[in-house]
Amino acid sequence: MSWRDRALAAAALTSLGFVLLPIVFVVWLAFFAQEIAVFPPRGYSLRWFNAVFEHRQFVSGFITSLQVGVAATIIGLCLGIPAALALARRHDRVAKGLNQLLLLPIVAPGVVLGTALYIFQVEAEIMAYGQGYNLAVIGSAGGLIAAHVLIVIPWTVRLVLASLEGFDQSTREAALNLGATPWIAFRRVTLPMIRPGIVAAALFGFVMSFGNLEMSLFLVGPGRTTLPIAILQYLEWKLDPTIAAVSVYQMLLIGSALLLTNHFVKLSRVV
Amino acid sequence: MARVQLTQLVKRYGETTAVADVTLDIAQGEFMVLLGPSGCGKTTTLRMLAGFVKPTSGRMSVGDRDVTSLPPWLRNTGLVFQSYALFPHMSVAENVAFGLQMRRLPRADIAIRVSEALDMVRLGPYAARMPRALSGGQQQRVALARALAIRPDVLLLDEPLSNLDAKLRAEVRVEIRELQQRLGLTTMMVTHDQEEALTMADRLVVMAEGQVRQIGSQRDLYERPANRFVAGFVGRANFMDGTIDPGGFFVSKGGTRINLGARGNGAGAVTFSIRPEHVHLTAQALKSATGKNLNRLHGTVTVASYLGAATDIHVLLPTGERMVASVPNRPDVRLPLVGESVELEWPMDSGLILTD
Repeated sequence: MSWRDRALAAAALTSLGFVLLPIVFVVWLAFFAQEIAVFPPRGYSLRWFNAVFEHRQFVSGFITSLQVGVAATIIGLCLGIPAALALARRHDRVAKGLNQLLLLPIVAPGVVLGTALYIFQVEAEIMAYGQGYNLAVIGSAGGLIAAHVLIVIPWTVRLVLASLEGFDQSTREAALNLGATPWIAFRRVTLPMIRPGIVAAALFGFVMSFGNLEMSLFLVGPGRTTLPIAILQYLEWKLDPTIAAVSVYQMLLIGSALLLTNHFVKLSRVV
Repeated sequence: MARVQLTQLVKRYGETTAVADVTLDIAQGEFMVLLGPSGCGKTTTLRMLAGFVKPTSGRMSVGDRDVTSLPPWLRNTGLVFQSYALFPHMSVAENVAFGLQMRRLPRADIAIRVSEALDMVRLGPYAARMPRALSGGQQQRVALARALAIRPDVLLLDEPLSNLDAKLRAEVRVEIRELQQRLGLTTMMVTHDQEEALTMADRLVVMAEGQVRQIGSQRDLYERPANRFVAGFVGRANFMDGTIDPGGFFVSKGGTRINLGARGNGAGAVTFSIRPEHVHLTAQALKSATGKNLNRLHGTVTVASYLGAATDIHVLLPTGERMVASVPNRPDVRLPLVGESVELEWPMDSGLILTD
């Protein structure tokens, strides 16, 4: 091993440690016996993993996050898949521009996106009221889901486009030539060939929605908090290993979803 | 199978014209080959007939049906793609069955037609295989079987052999031709490979820059090319630019005079063309008796390229012009050496005057 390789390995290990250390501490904390976090721990216990379920806000937050995530993923797929198909078929400047545009929601900071959406929803309500309609947008499930669709779409487009990369457009044309209408050609030829990309998009989009905090903060209504927000609110007045246990649950869910996604589409290729 | 007619077909993309006014009449059972360099509009023409490209103007008919505005799935054409375009997630039999399922044939009939089509391309035992488990040549035959199973009105072949290696290509060429003749398939093939075109076609269409340059049989194109492009694209030719003088002689820019016999007419700039194999070569020492119907030029050998059956002798004329003579390789014929002085001769009626 030359000194260059060694330096590279050292740098890699340092940054990996930097990334992983907080996660290690959170997981460690979840097993502490005592309520107040002090080092070194005075003993270990599994009780916090049970305690999570005694807090109603975590359970309902989990359910809300799940509902919003599933709904946003389904809608996001319905919009993102056709967009990816259209983008894969042409390679001009318009397609490139649209591709960039569709990636914007993940480029903009979540706080900015959340503020902008909040203001937009307020304006929409005022405008609807001016027309004589009483529309509840702010804090509604619909408003929250619509916002989450926004973060599912970029990932869907990216992942489905990646799976279309090796797709020979002439197989689609072959189906049309043999008598298939465009819809049947899509269902019987294109869809089976890009299915891994779609599964990956669904899983990854769900993960992004489930873990989102910054944007959702502006858009949740009373009694309808998501899990990340429930965790934040709990932290505001108490710090005990319960919060670490909740985080462990969330990490397990997201981690397994990511592993599953990676099985269908190599994430390192698109992220 | 049916007669195919393309009438004044035009395709423009904004400013550029991909296909300019193509009119073709393919008889029932005829094998028509569109030949030309890449970008000449041959593939666009084929894709218009398949329905993937909408013509800017013109009409297309298959049999007595006007298909100009029909979508691809209602045209009943059988297209074999350059990349084969097999469905990778379906077995060979499922690939071939696809078109029949689209036509809602009863299950039993589909099974019979699939095995018929696979037997036709000698792939019966491979029905259950997946496409990726087949060689390139086998995949190509599956694509052919899939296109034929639907009993198309016209078979369309888009550079079907270009992904095969040279030896296999020669075999598949004969195989496709035999099948086409046996089944009486009206066929349109697109290729840039002139050998492929010449060996398979009943008639050929030479295209360049979106236009038809000549339609005819192999002999028509080779022996009576309509213009300089066809003469140069189909086979090889020596060209000299020049004019016809009042005496009926061709006079090149460099001053070479060529006797055209009685055919010396035409005004303005013309091109003289002659095939290398029509130019005979005699070493100065073996000079034959004067024949009055012969053109004779002398020059110096610059390059001799051995090509197996023949050797190309490149000759520099005193005027600075160059000609190539193709000399058949026989044990009894001595090849001239580089730098040797030689005579080129050819009968007066061998050359051609091209005005275009």
